[in-house]
Amino acid sequence: MLSASRQGANRQGTNRHAAYWLIVLPALLMLLVLYFVPLGNVLLTSVTDPKPGVQNYGLLFTSTSVQRTLLTTIRIAAITTFFALVLGYVVAYAMRAASTRTQRFMLVGVLLPFWISVLVRSFAWIALLGTQGPLNSALVAWGLVDEPVALVRNETGVLIGMVHIMVPYAVLTLYANMRGIDVGLVAAARSLGASRFQAFRMVFLPLTVPGLIGAGTLVFILSLGFYVTPALLGGGKVLMIAEYVAVQINDTLRWGLGTMLAATLMIAVLGCLWALSRVIDVKRLFGA
Amino acid sequence: MTAAVSEPLVRFIDVRKSYDGKADAVRALNLEVANGEFLTLLGPSGSGKTTTLTMLAGFEQPTAGRIFVGSDDITHVPVERRGIGMVFQNYALFPNMTVGENIGFPLKVRRMAGAEIASKVKRALAMVRLEGLADRRPQQLSGGQQQRVAVARALVFEPRLVLLDEPLGALDRQLREQMQYELKHLHERLGVTMVYVTHDQVEAMTMSDRVAVFSAGQLRQVAAPRRLYEEPDSLFVAQFLGESNILPGIVRQRRGGQCSVALTGGQGVVATAVGTAEKVNLAIRPEKIALGSAAEGCINRYPAKVVEVSFLGDQLRVRLETLGRDDFIVKFANAPGQAALEPGDAVDIGWRAEDCRALGE
Repeated sequence: MLSASRQGANRQGTNRHAAYWLIVLPALLMLLVLYFVPLGNVLLTSVTDPKPGVQNYGLLFTSTSVQRTLLTTIRIAAITTFFALVLGYVVAYAMRAASTRTQRFMLVGVLLPFWISVLVRSFAWIALLGTQGPLNSALVAWGLVDEPVALVRNETGVLIGMVHIMVPYAVLTLYANMRGIDVGLVAAARSLGASRFQAFRMVFLPLTVPGLIGAGTLVFILSLGFYVTPALLGGGKVLMIAEYVAVQINDTLRWGLGTMLAATLMIAVLGCLWALSRVIDVKRLFGA
Repeated sequence: MTAAVSEPLVRFIDVRKSYDGKADAVRALNLEVANGEFLTLLGPSGSGKTTTLTMLAGFEQPTAGRIFVGSDDITHVPVERRGIGMVFQNYALFPNMTVGENIGFPLKVRRMAGAEIASKVKRALAMVRLEGLADRRPQQLSGGQQQRVAVARALVFEPRLVLLDEPLGALDRQLREQMQYELKHLHERLGVTMVYVTHDQVEAMTMSDRVAVFSAGQLRQVAAPRRLYEEPDSLFVAQFLGESNILPGIVRQRRGGQCSVALTGGQGVVATAVGTAEKVNLAIRPEKIALGSAAEGCINRYPAKVVEVSFLGDQLRVRLETLGRDDFIVKFANAPGQAALEPGDAVDIGWRAEDCRALGE
């Protein structure tokens, strides 16, 4: 009797599950055909072109141009991460301290750049930072420099552009983390004799470490794959891995090398995420 | 026990606090806390008791007036330089530190040497009976244990004054009673002055040397618990603390400390005069009313009819119809040989002038 009713419930459960599967099936098929098939193709090409074997991956250890590109990519991603975290921390801290009304305005301010294409923003930076741009004109006019400073078409330009794009990601991740911290803790620290700075350093800052790790990983991973910004603001002098891949696929037609680098990038990103998941709860960090 | 000696430790002088510039959260506050005293600020939420504590702690500045601790004007001294220990309602333990580090925090920020910190932390842990838990995280402790850590942290740097903001609010009843006892015991043993905020009148009555009752931003009365209960100065205090029968009337005549009052129904009552108001409310505690033959010697005596009897085990609570109203409450102990009262019974009631206070509006 009891087992019969349980079986009934089970069957009902199975039916309901089947219905759910049916609903997600189109999306699942699309993902499979448009994402996983090409991805498999990329992985396959990286070990079959021009001839089967892992010689493409061997280039990671032998080709100086590949190594240089990888190092440039890691360096730029790391510097971008550092500045995005510092700036993002200040903004997130100010947001948390502000009134609810001000917080809302600040949030809109942080989100606003998301609505403008990366391409448009990169061209805007070229115009702003160029030798004839308003920033250099002002610097020269105030006599701070004798001649225009090279702020664009070099690594500085790439970093400025990338930090600008990455700061909102850092702000949002850090803000989510800071909102979870009880303001009463800082007040308690002060009442126990800690100065403002001591309360920040000994109580608040340690509590934001998970947020810093999360934001840092997110920004670093996103920075690794940047294509448009370095291509435009670097003026062809700063070659990051994504652009290097594009050159191999579009121009030199060394698909094996290109797909190998793409695969390497993907593995590096997954590796970062895995390492992160060992330290903190990734799902909670990104609000899942 | 009550070490109310010499000059007061804390003085609020004409303190006013307004958050929005319009309504006053606290107004015209003059209050002194004696050295070594356990003073409780009692009142409903929004009465100004927490604002008063917050100003003393230094988290808020008074809009007007001054606050002294000892002979120092601390009105504008920043929080961290007041040297006042504080226990928060939600404990506010630092989750990134162990229990030992939490307790050592006030010493560390005072740049005390490591060995000295270690020995003081150990003593503080023993004081709140948490030996051996120094290396745990606060999250691993029960609510009562966390509360003890918070108390140890507020006492470890030996402040003269400790503030407690509803520290037992989150605990269940049994644990509350135990912690009340422990806090009181610590207070007696250390001789430290404590200012305690609560909205629980039983807690205030059991723990305090004196209780300050707040309502609507105003300090209504400060007195020892018994005095506060027996001799309330205002209608608010009479109703907020325990239960009172309230009879509105007009003062006809004053003689010495007493007055004769005509109730709205015309009956005359002799009461203790408080203040000089014409229109008064008579407040009589339900347990101060004599029934039947015991009422015979009372100066105020009236016939009544029983409406409802509630049996509460150790006492009986009877609702009577008398003096033109049917909400008159009498409480008496379930004494040996207590005769049963039934609804509809006629009974005489009476009370002394001393137990009936004529309070102005």
